[in-house]
Amino acid sequence: MSFLQINKTSKRFGGVLALSNVDFDLAKGEIHCLVGGNGSGKSTLIKIISGVQPPDPGSEIIVDGESYAHLTTVESSRLGIQVIYQDLSLFPNLTVAENIAAGLHRGYPHIADWSAIRRMAADAMARINISLDPDTRVCDLSIANRQLVAICRAIAADAKLVIMDEPTASLTRHEVDSLLALTLELKRKGIAVLFVSHRFDEVLEIAEKVTVIRDGVKLGTYDAAGMTEKQLIYLMSGKTFEYETADRQIDRGQPLLSVKGLSRAGEYHDISFDLHPGEILGITGLLGAGRTELALSIFGMSRPDAGEIRLDGKTVRFASNTEAIEAGIAYVPEDRLALSLILNQPISTNIALPVIDSLAGPTGLIGRTSWNELVTSWINDLKIKVSNADNAVRTLSGGNQQRVVIAKWLATHPRILILDSPTVGVDFQGKDGIYSIVRELAAKGLAVILISDEIPEVLYHCDRIFIMRDGRFTGEFMAHRSSEAEIGEAVYA
Amino acid sequence: MPKHFKAFARRQEFWLAILFAVLFVGLSIARPNFLSLQNGVDLISSYAYTGILVSAMLVVLVAGGIDMSFAAVATVAQYAALTVANSWDIGWLGVLLIAAAIGIILGVINGLLINILGLSAIIVTIATQSVIFGLVLTATKGQDIFSLPGWFTDGVAIPFHTTLDGYQYFINVQMIGLAVALALTWFVLNRTNVGRQIYAMGGNVEAARRIGYNVFRLNLFVYGYMGLAAGLASIVHAQYNMSVSPTALVGRELDVIAAAFLGGASATGGSGTILGVVLGIALVAVVQNGLTLLGVSSYWSQFFTGIIIVVAVASMARDVRRRWYDNPGAA
Repeated sequence: MSFLQINKTSKRFGGVLALSNVDFDLAKGEIHCLVGGNGSGKSTLIKIISGVQPPDPGSEIIVDGESYAHLTTVESSRLGIQVIYQDLSLFPNLTVAENIAAGLHRGYPHIADWSAIRRMAADAMARINISLDPDTRVCDLSIANRQLVAICRAIAADAKLVIMDEPTASLTRHEVDSLLALTLELKRKGIAVLFVSHRFDEVLEIAEKVTVIRDGVKLGTYDAAGMTEKQLIYLMSGKTFEYETADRQIDRGQPLLSVKGLSRAGEYHDISFDLHPGEILGITGLLGAGRTELALSIFGMSRPDAGEIRLDGKTVRFASNTEAIEAGIAYVPEDRLALSLILNQPISTNIALPVIDSLAGPTGLIGRTSWNELVTSWINDLKIKVSNADNAVRTLSGGNQQRVVIAKWLATHPRILILDSPTVGVDFQGKDGIYSIVRELAAKGLAVILISDEIPEVLYHCDRIFIMRDGRFTGEFMAHRSSEAEIGEAVYA
Repeated sequence: MPKHFKAFARRQEFWLAILFAVLFVGLSIARPNFLSLQNGVDLISSYAYTGILVSAMLVVLVAGGIDMSFAAVATVAQYAALTVANSWDIGWLGVLLIAAAIGIILGVINGLLINILGLSAIIVTIATQSVIFGLVLTATKGQDIFSLPGWFTDGVAIPFHTTLDGYQYFINVQMIGLAVALALTWFVLNRTNVGRQIYAMGGNVEAARRIGYNVFRLNLFVYGYMGLAAGLASIVHAQYNMSVSPTALVGRELDVIAAAFLGGASATGGSGTILGVVLGIALVAVVQNGLTLLGVSSYWSQFFTGIIIVVAVASMARDVRRRWYDNPGAA
């Protein structure tokens, strides 16, 4: 028995056909996954289902047997369709209870009914067996718990279908497991779940059906059982992405960077390693293992308590990251949206910003020509897909945004590039692009430290891998002599 | 109980209360006449105008906006209502209705400009403040009104305390106005759906839109409420001064903003409570009054008000940083 059925649905934006004649079917209580690359039309489909955008005339949406030409957000919400956006749409300043029951504030009479709010929050949490303190403010919760609040809100609004957009992008492995368990709980309650995700291993673990969309056309809906990650990627792109471990020759003479016994209380302990020019060094481990903290110390943003950092054999002590940048270290942080990009500013400005002083002519003013040359050369070198360098960075896809961040740091001519989780929220084609950029840069002699949660990412794209755990390096692997299973065991054991 | 105390101890209001207590005790020891019923009555009466505006400013700041035009709005409301009252016998109700109506209309115009044109609230309201003030000066030729109807200057006087030697203390218009404004704002913000929607909108406007709150109407309400408060505060002010001057109010907005920020309202929206606002006004009043009692020149008053704003905003910024960056995974 299907809960949601979509027939012959199309959507045209100007001259671009974002969705073409798509049929889609979702049963009650089904766990369904929607996959597709950036720009494939999956977001458009979600927007049509949730009523954010109307489909073109001739389309049909059937919910619970009722046929609609299009839905409004209010209608879709009334019909039990609840969307959990990637940003979760919570109110950070309000309590858990009020966030869950936020819908009650729309109601009449105009007096806020606090006991009803608490009751609704308690009911929603009880229904899916989770317990959070209803009086905690959401800004004091971890990301995983915020997500639970968002799911409870959907439950409280009587969801029959919960749509989750990239729900696992910022969760640790353990948190992902609890989320997947929760999804099964929703299914037991008869609530369907539609995932949009880039993480195929998770998708295939949990979903019953997988629908693949490419260039606005639905390729098909498949049973998840028996489907493999490789098949999915092939369906989505028409290409296979086979990676192999690399056994590249690296000159292991004088190390470029040498870290000895580096410690910082509560963050990392007794870290020692060498990094050679042209080497790609992977650091993996669970979120919270101290990876980012270590990177920040190398980048001069926090001071180690003990140990030393040597560059070209000379001990360095950075007072700030400005000194680290001058010494040739670049750091691309994990959260590119919050920490690296000025989203509303043009792509060109974002690229030129770190080196803006070097563009100034003798008068101290910035020459338009040298500015344009710099921007154009990086856009070409990193193959950033832009129609106009003066568009805001916000308009780019995740993969292209990440390239802008990398371009921005490469413009400082670093000798060491630290990439912290560079492919989070980037689809596999975008990932592939980033990997090839990193490989090319390393071939030119740049030393790279790649920090990542994803084991395949470090295994296939690094020369050497360190496992980090509770602030310590607990294992070292040469990529070409290791396997995913071996590293996975070292990380999770 | 310990849980609630711990939560309270982390809030801005807690530190304000401690700071206030320290100042209060210190001043009481240094200047015995500070801790007198008469000084209390005087303080409340002279800060009632500020207090009424601060409570409405809290609503605006919680919503994520700001209003710089309230003093000009108050000037128009005051001048118009009392000019009419000098010619016709409209009574208290008439004066209040005229002032309230003018305030609401001008406030809603601010709200419309900000929302329809999508402009920054601070720029729009500085502009409307200038436009309104310019019109007032032209229309009134800058002239004060010194004679007001007798029933108006007499005001309200409800005795609430008589000393042993027969001296009476009265509840006056200023106290009533301040109490009503604080109580009404508390009620709106905590007990109505509109108030909760305003908090939510200040916390995350996009999420508010997605959940189906009418952000446009909420903003009109917020600026209308500020206008209403400006209208009513202006009458309280005129009654206290027993005269109306078109130049008395504009240029003195700083106290209002200082008290609101001090009370924990944030310029980015979503935070602030009526308790914080009460403590904020009390602190500004006590600092300014204390300086006078200690014999410090009144010129220093502005200086310290400015310092208060910096300290308040800095302490909140530190709190926000701690919350978001040092402790992102706090569960």
